[in-house]
Amino acid sequence: FSSEDDDTISLTDHVKPEKVVCGPGLRRSGDRLVVCKSDVLRHKQPNMFWMESQQRRYVPAKGETIIGIVTVKSGDIFKVDCGGSEQASLSYLAFEGATKRNRPNVQVGDLVFAQFIIANKDMEPELVCMDSSGRANGMGVFGGGGLLFSVSLGLVRRLLSPHSEVLSDLQQLFPCELVVGMNGRLWVKSSRVQQTLVIANLLQSCDTMTAQQRRELFRRVAQGAL
Amino acid sequence: LSLSLVSDWSSDRNLIIEEQSFVPCEDLKFGRISFKGFNPEVEKLMILMNPREEEEGGEESRMQTDITDEEMALRYESLVGSMKKKFAKKRERAANEDNKNQNFSETITKRAFMKPQD
Repeated sequence: FSSEDDDTISLTDHVKPEKVVCGPGLRRSGDRLVVCKSDVLRHKQPNMFWMESQQRRYVPAKGETIIGIVTVKSGDIFKVDCGGSEQASLSYLAFEGATKRNRPNVQVGDLVFAQFIIANKDMEPELVCMDSSGRANGMGVFGGGGLLFSVSLGLVRRLLSPHSEVLSDLQQLFPCELVVGMNGRLWVKSSRVQQTLVIANLLQSCDTMTAQQRRELFRRVAQGAL
Repeated sequence: LSLSLVSDWSSDRNLIIEEQSFVPCEDLKFGRISFKGFNPEVEKLMILMNPREEEEGGEESRMQTDITDEEMALRYESLVGSMKKKFAKKRERAANEDNKNQNFSETITKRAFMKPQD
């Protein structure tokens, strides 16, 4: 079956040939759009549609930035665990300022913030730690002194959305640093271990709370326990 | 059958674009975040990488700079002095060392070859 939005012209008619972008959860089949995930249909002007679904399992998508864990260092490439069905490969040359003589300092077990350049169901995913002009832009190895944990993909999207309430609530608490990976992994670092743990617990519990409960919890933490 | 399928697709190839990632759909922000100045480099990155909000026209016309203009001017001031020192000949350098404590400079007479009078 095909999905239609009552406010706009049905996509099954060939009346208006306009460009349409179908995002995650929608797929093109012939000249019709087909839904392949169950959830709410979202629309953004002028022509973007997608299904806003909730899941915990990450599927690599091109252009997304993720937190990966280096598992194997073999020859010229690193194998990075990104939470998908197979490990992604990361070339040692894909770092800012890396040359054959000047290898980046990456060890097994390091955390990397990287983005996918190849991510489809037919090929092994590939990561890079720099953009098309060769600048790092915050990507690369990070870590030391922080805590890595995983959350659902929906929470990650809520954290990174333009006017995120969770983020503005978090901002009131302590000075801290966050790295958010689209594969559901978060890394937190704060000035004290206790604060780091508090933030990690707060974020993990945000998944299962309503907005009201969350605001209440944040307020209690801000007033108190520490 | 295959011919008709191909002709169907060619009319739609320009119409429907598939996008696998949520990032452009929801305008997601950059993944590294820092609060209250915990990591100043990350805070700088946040300003650079995030989609810019509506600002006044004056801000937009200024180029993206990592250091302010005043810092750059100060940097240049000391740079000119250090470059001059680097290319100064040995005697000039010695003379400058002596002059550091006193704030006036003596004229440096350049020694040239004098022909013997014989």
